[in-house]
Amino acid sequence: MAKTLTQEFVKGLWDEIPPFRLVLGLCPTLAVTKTVENGIGMGLATTFVLVFSNILVSALRKIIPSKVRIACFIIVIATFVTVVELLMQAFTYPLFLKLGIFIPLIVVNCIVLGRAEAFASKNSVLASTADGLGIGVGFTLALGALGGVREILGNGTFLGKTVFGPAFQPFTFMVEAPGAFVCLGLMLCLMNLVGKK
Amino acid sequence: MREMIKMVVVLTVLSSFSGGLLAAIRNNTKERIEYQQLKFVKGPAIRSILEGCSNDPIVDRFKIKDGDVEHSFFVGVFDGKPSTVALESFGKGFGGNIGVMVGVNVKEDTIVGVGVTTHSETPGVGSRAKTEPDFTAQFQGLPLKKEFKVKADGGQVDALSGATVTSRGVSAALTDAAGIYERVKPQLMEKLKTFAN
Repeated sequence: MAKTLTQEFVKGLWDEIPPFRLVLGLCPTLAVTKTVENGIGMGLATTFVLVFSNILVSALRKIIPSKVRIACFIIVIATFVTVVELLMQAFTYPLFLKLGIFIPLIVVNCIVLGRAEAFASKNSVLASTADGLGIGVGFTLALGALGGVREILGNGTFLGKTVFGPAFQPFTFMVEAPGAFVCLGLMLCLMNLVGKK
Repeated sequence: MREMIKMVVVLTVLSSFSGGLLAAIRNNTKERIEYQQLKFVKGPAIRSILEGCSNDPIVDRFKIKDGDVEHSFFVGVFDGKPSTVALESFGKGFGGNIGVMVGVNVKEDTIVGVGVTTHSETPGVGSRAKTEPDFTAQFQGLPLKKEFKVKADGGQVDALSGATVTSRGVSAALTDAAGIYERVKPQLMEKLKTFAN
């Protein structure tokens, strides 16, 4: 367990990048990645929750009785999710309208609970912060990449700006639900091809 | 037994802590969230009704109690005079309540504009009440008094073809708005004086 903080951080970016390697948290991955903006917004909201819940769970890990640990984790996570929800309503209302129900659903995102249970409850505060940040950034990048591919192909735009000329015929299949599955599958396949030793 | 007490204590402390944190954040963001909601949900309708006013009607708002219900009024300043207010009322449409924003010239008691804010009408049929300016334009200049009815019911309102129920809903909302306006007008005029400069 003698990993450095950098290693804890970096592992979230490739070795354990949530949607592609752990294949966790697929609900927001598939549902909100219609555009880059949505994907990154969702990723950042999740990162916030991950980092703070990891810090608090790790700080309280010696106090929390093991029999009620899941209940305690959920209270911590739900608190931070509500904080994010309120802050998003106050400062980024249009994005909040687009992400809608998926913000409160971060509570049941298995990445967050998984990190609390598998990592933060056994490691120091600093290591848990690095872990939460790494996994969160990895999740954000993954959602951004997926959103990017879907937005470019399905809409012909990137971050709302037109990429191709007016002759481009949007491949609308990509912005619909089945397109999300196909796109995720292809990206998983690509990750495995590249990562193969 | 000791473990039992520890579990209860930890859960209680954690829950009360998170409750306190959330209450504090909610209190601090409440006004901003209300402003954001008004700006993005009702803002477009208010702006189109009070087009050309020299103030921000969403900031210059006040509430008046009509019986048990509190209504918000948005002030439009034209030529330095707070001559127009917008109020929202509701009428029952095909898929639930239709929110209608009505702008009134308080001197002449005439309608300056009407816009649909929220609705759950059938897309492409009833939703045209919001998207077709021709429909809402017919109310312009009419006195905001008595009852509004669609022509099929012996009234004066041209219904949207194929969307009579929606048109009735909008008419009902206008009738409601006329009632509210008549009842609160004395208070309204008092409040408006504070916006004159």
